[in-house]
Amino acid sequence: MTLSAYLPILLLIIISTIFAVASIFVSSKLAPSRWTFAKRLPYECGIVPEQSDERERFPVKFYLVAMLFIIFDIETVFLYPWAVVYQELAVFGLIEMVVFIVILLAAYVYVWRRGGLEWAE
Amino acid sequence: MTEVAPGYYLALAGLMFSIGVIGALVRRNAIVIFMFIELMLNAVNLMFVTFSRIRGSVDGQILVFFVLVVAAAEAVVGLAIILVIVRRRSSANVDDVSLLRW
Amino acid sequence: MPEFTPPQVQLAGVAPEITLLVSALILLIVDTLIGERPNRWFLPVMATAGLVLAGAFAASTWGDNELQLSGAIALDGFASFVKISLAVFGLLTVWVGRDYLVRDALEDSEFYALVLLAVAGMMLMAAAADLIIMFLALETFSIALYVLVAFKSGSLTSQESAMKYFLLGAFSSAFFLLGIALTYGAVGSTALYGGRDPVSEPGIASFLSTSPTANTGLLVLATGFLIIGLGFKIAAVPFHAWTPDAYQGAPSPITGFMAAGTKFAAFAAILRLFDATLFSLRAEWRPLVIAIAVATMIIGSVLAVVQDDIKRLLAYSSIAHAGFILTAVIAANDRGVSGALFYLATYGLAVLGAFAVVSVVSGQDEARVRLAGYKGLFFDHPALAVALTLFLLSLAGVPVTAGFFGKLVVFGAAVQASYSWVVAIGVITSAIAAFFYLKIMVRMYLEESEGESSPLPIGRLAAGVIAITAVATIGFGVVPGPLLRAAEDATMFFQPAPETGQAPLGG
Repeated sequence: MTLSAYLPILLLIIISTIFAVASIFVSSKLAPSRWTFAKRLPYECGIVPEQSDERERFPVKFYLVAMLFIIFDIETVFLYPWAVVYQELAVFGLIEMVVFIVILLAAYVYVWRRGGLEWAE
Repeated sequence: MTEVAPGYYLALAGLMFSIGVIGALVRRNAIVIFMFIELMLNAVNLMFVTFSRIRGSVDGQILVFFVLVVAAAEAVVGLAIILVIVRRRSSANVDDVSLLRW
Repeated sequence: MPEFTPPQVQLAGVAPEITLLVSALILLIVDTLIGERPNRWFLPVMATAGLVLAGAFAASTWGDNELQLSGAIALDGFASFVKISLAVFGLLTVWVGRDYLVRDALEDSEFYALVLLAVAGMMLMAAAADLIIMFLALETFSIALYVLVAFKSGSLTSQESAMKYFLLGAFSSAFFLLGIALTYGAVGSTALYGGRDPVSEPGIASFLSTSPTANTGLLVLATGFLIIGLGFKIAAVPFHAWTPDAYQGAPSPITGFMAAGTKFAAFAAILRLFDATLFSLRAEWRPLVIAIAVATMIIGSVLAVVQDDIKRLLAYSSIAHAGFILTAVIAANDRGVSGALFYLATYGLAVLGAFAVVSVVSGQDEARVRLAGYKGLFFDHPALAVALTLFLLSLAGVPVTAGFFGKLVVFGAAVQASYSWVVAIGVITSAIAAFFYLKIMVRMYLEESEGESSPLPIGRLAAGVIAITAVATIGFGVVPGPLLRAAEDATMFFQPAPETGQAPLGG
């Protein structure tokens, strides 16, 4: 096994590292930064954890978004095997995947129109 | 690198599945019960992959994809149902579910 | 890397399922795009169109007998029979559901879409010739049903019952999946039939026909787990705990749909799996299934006697019926399979009719579901009382109703296979079951109604469903011939090529 076979992986690691570092750097430069007292608290969102009873009300939006993420995220699992054998599958694979994505798209339109993606009430 | 005999993986999967069954039966919190059920599913996934290796076919690994997706769909629907109840009752304890006999 | 040849795209076997999936998606999208409307009559119309088209596709393949999509889908009379029945069950559910939703101000496109998806999953269950397809089908209809059970958004009972149904359902599908994994380990494939060459195209049937019995140990173990997983879905004892709660909490039209559809789909899988594919292992699985069947018949009938909520009572009755149908599985002969199909079709119609009546009588927010609420129903609403009587008589298996012939054929098949003692238990428990059906009838005809008799709005669709199911229940009771013959034609399971093996069941 020659090491050159791992070259693309090395390149991928380098590119992704550069991308991650660059985006953090750029956003820190571009975003306006205003320091306030609340932001320096251990919990930046401003809610100080306290010994409250567990019956606290919590916003359901977090869960809704998390669930929508999981469901769309896991569907991409089927895109990976396709990507690997994309060449061999050719047109047949492409058509199959388009059908698959159209079904996902229908789900997306549904979620969107029903307000599942709106953060504000 | 030393090879681990596939039998050990099967034993591990069996153990994980058993822990899942026992946990799901003895715990009372709906979300914890569901986590044990997920453990059972993942034990089966491990089993699929191991059998796939023993047999030298990739079929088993493909089956894992389907199990993963089904588990995610199930998790989303199940958690949504549990969430609605928790919001109304402030408890995810199945024993507090009192309108029906458990 | 070997040259890739795309699998042949044969959609005839799954055309009904695709139709339902597409109609469900269109229905959802159209509704969200149109926006709020006071009367959304187009929703049930679209659902009806989808189900009729799916049923027509299933009917058009009647008589075909082949494997499609790389051996994953069976296109045979058995699948067609189940699919047509399920399309009818779906139609009846949509119609009763429409009136129910409008009355309780719950109407939403999700209801219809989920019913369509559930029917699609159930249909796929009957056609699956690969265990993993069976698993996907099982999950498709189960997940849709979890949501449908929780559909009464204002009712905590509905949501709690959905939670129980979900937790126990997910628990059971993990067992089913374990069974699949062990099968894969034993056979090297999850295909039920397999190809001509058991090495290059492995499958359970070809594996069993070529390997010595000593090698089947792992497969026997797998069979046990598959029984557990499917036992949950048919509500067999000791896997029945979810049934009364889910039946009580679900909206009544959905309860009827679960009783009729889930049972049919799960039994279709059981029949294909045990009576055809695993036929040669029957010495191993039979004792287990007999034990389950006997326990199911006894527990279901006895516990139904003490119920005072009509939905819980019908839930225990459905458990008992699962036991009766299991006697046909035990028989594992042609008569058993056709008997089970006939039984499931007529049971489904009667139970859908019964829950349509329950759904009407229960009134707004299902306030009236106690047995006491049925006192004097005959004097206030004679038509409803007579219809319910008819359905209960059919469930009890009284002659001149369809239920009688169902029991007759199923028990006859078990006697033919020399399991008379199981049939004896079946007959005794049927007598116990008749007692609690009689209890409801006594309330309706002989007792005075409590308090004021309030007017009961009966929607036109619900009335139509009650009329259709009542006519069918009497019709198949007087002239069972055509349906019985169709069920007999449907017992031709797909059979592996004659070179490789034993024909599981004669055609």
